[in-house]
Amino acid sequence: MSVDADSTLRNYPPKMQPASMSKRPRQVREVISVGLLAFSAFLIIAILAVILGNIAYSGIGQVSWEFLSKSPQAGLTEGGIFPAIFGTVALVILMTIAAVPFGVATAVYLHEYTPAESPRVAWNRYQSARAGEKGKLFRHFLSAVLATITRSAVANLAGVPSIVFGLFGLGFFIQFVGRGLDRATQAPGEIHWGQGNILWAALTLALLTLPTVIVATEEALRTIPSDLRAASIALGATRWETIRRIVLPGALPGILTGAILAVSRGAGEVAPILFTGAAYYLPYLPKRLTDQFMELGYHVLILSTQSPDVEATKPLLYGTVFVLLALTFLLNLAGVLIRSRTRSKMRVGG
Amino acid sequence: MTTPNELNLGKRERLRLFTDSAMAVAFTLAGWLAILFILLIFVFTFKESLGIFTDHEIQKEANLHKFFVEEIPEATTMIDRYIWQPVSDIPKMSFIPLLLGTLKATFVGLLFACPVGVAAALFSSEFAPPRMREILKPAVELLAGIPSVVLGFFALLVLATWLQTLFGFTYRLNAYNAGIALGIAILPVIFTITEDGLAAVPRSYRDASLAVGATRFQTAMSVVLPAASPAVFAALVLGFGRAIGETMILLMAGGNAAISSFSLNDPLRTLSATIAAELGEVVFGDAHYSALFFMGTLLFIITFVSNTIGQMVIARMQRRMRGT
Repeated sequence: MSVDADSTLRNYPPKMQPASMSKRPRQVREVISVGLLAFSAFLIIAILAVILGNIAYSGIGQVSWEFLSKSPQAGLTEGGIFPAIFGTVALVILMTIAAVPFGVATAVYLHEYTPAESPRVAWNRYQSARAGEKGKLFRHFLSAVLATITRSAVANLAGVPSIVFGLFGLGFFIQFVGRGLDRATQAPGEIHWGQGNILWAALTLALLTLPTVIVATEEALRTIPSDLRAASIALGATRWETIRRIVLPGALPGILTGAILAVSRGAGEVAPILFTGAAYYLPYLPKRLTDQFMELGYHVLILSTQSPDVEATKPLLYGTVFVLLALTFLLNLAGVLIRSRTRSKMRVGG
Repeated sequence: MTTPNELNLGKRERLRLFTDSAMAVAFTLAGWLAILFILLIFVFTFKESLGIFTDHEIQKEANLHKFFVEEIPEATTMIDRYIWQPVSDIPKMSFIPLLLGTLKATFVGLLFACPVGVAAALFSSEFAPPRMREILKPAVELLAGIPSVVLGFFALLVLATWLQTLFGFTYRLNAYNAGIALGIAILPVIFTITEDGLAAVPRSYRDASLAVGATRFQTAMSVVLPAASPAVFAALVLGFGRAIGETMILLMAGGNAAISSFSLNDPLRTLSATIAAELGEVVFGDAHYSALFFMGTLLFIITFVSNTIGQMVIARMQRRMRGT
């Protein structure tokens, strides 16, 4: 030990290493390491570009007025995809009618009618409150608990596999609600509602896209300054009047984003409609809620797995995928753009 | 407290106050609907599978013992021992080949998506110039927006051919092909959650590390990433939940062969793809039908648990980061 101390003293002050000797390998390692990370980021963009490029390259040539406006012919190897486009649009319109009001209402409940603080904070406030305020603060706490449960239910709803939504649609809408309606309204043995149709498929999809609408709306509600609400209440408006005249109009762009993203998501989902009303091929367009329908995503599945002649259907398949992708992609792009614009506006304002 | 009646309000005013309370009730009920639906999804999926627990006729063909334990007697290989063959004279309903298929695809998917997603998130959060981030983030969102049926189509027609040419697989459709396509589908999930976690790490951590002489890469790897490790874990768990339930990609690109094999070179069949492929042709209420709904229940429970764990980890990390 004494030897060590001696040698330390003898070598004092320590000789500085020339900077170039220790630093250069470190810098090289740094560049290589960061380069690897950058490569991963580049890989994501490359994957996106390859998929989109491949489909656009082989698909765009297939799209013609005839392709978009005609029915499939010759066992799905010729003709167009008009019924599938029509079915998809009808399906997502019905879905939006069901999903947006409920999604917006849930978001309004979560943001406007429940306390912003966590249950734990609410409980602490209840504990330290004066006797006269206990009742009010306990209700406050309960409301915070319910909000937390609702939020986690929404998050879990977003995580349920889409095929399970399909099973639920079959078990609940068709077997339970549909068969129930038939027993109540139809002659015994007649099936009118108790089978797959566009209404049940749309409601199943609405459930799947509900979280998208809720999350987007809540984010939009968060951008409305609380001063506006306070000013409205101070002028004598009720809470509902404030929501209807001040909060919702201000949140409209955000709600629109949510609806667009939900439509884009719903238009691309196939698993939930497999058993709830989608059809291989129909000689007519759906006119009533109890009709079956053709759908673009389902059509892609059928063309790529059930085709009697793979090479013959390939051009049609690429065309269909291109149309489906263009539809969801454009909707998505619109949603992402509106959202990033609202976000940057918010940043400037805040 | 004065009630509206004691205030002696006019008819119009009372209507306004009534509307206000009515709307409060309506919004609250709409909010609770989300809770109701998550319960209904479980109840109705499980209800249709109840036959395997209660109905003696169904139990002869489908029960938990047959699903998870029973082997075909005098079978010599793994493949012959556990068979999923629900439509035959003697239905064989072992979940083992389907579980193996699900796990293989999920394993490859996570193996592909985790390193790429986490590394890209680290790059985006710690190194990328703002303009690059403005390209990367929308690109990830657009990747997330590609319908899974399109990814399935791409894997079936294009990716499978490329991979076979590159690596010379015996079967075009195998666990690698399905897994990579699945990995592309969960990449956005992993990227987004990891990036959110990295962004939540306080600036002071980085400043402290840089101040004692660490390089930016050393700071990112040994300070920021460990601090955000709960988010990486959550990303892994949520990505797993997403992968296990993904249907269309596996239905199209997995090869659709229920084989009890551990080899990634063999074609595979997942639980989700089995439901999608077979429920359309099943007799309502029979053993096969109940077995498919039971698979759905399993998928629901697995994803519910993994989602709950993922969210809890994220919430705890956010609380802690806000605290420091």
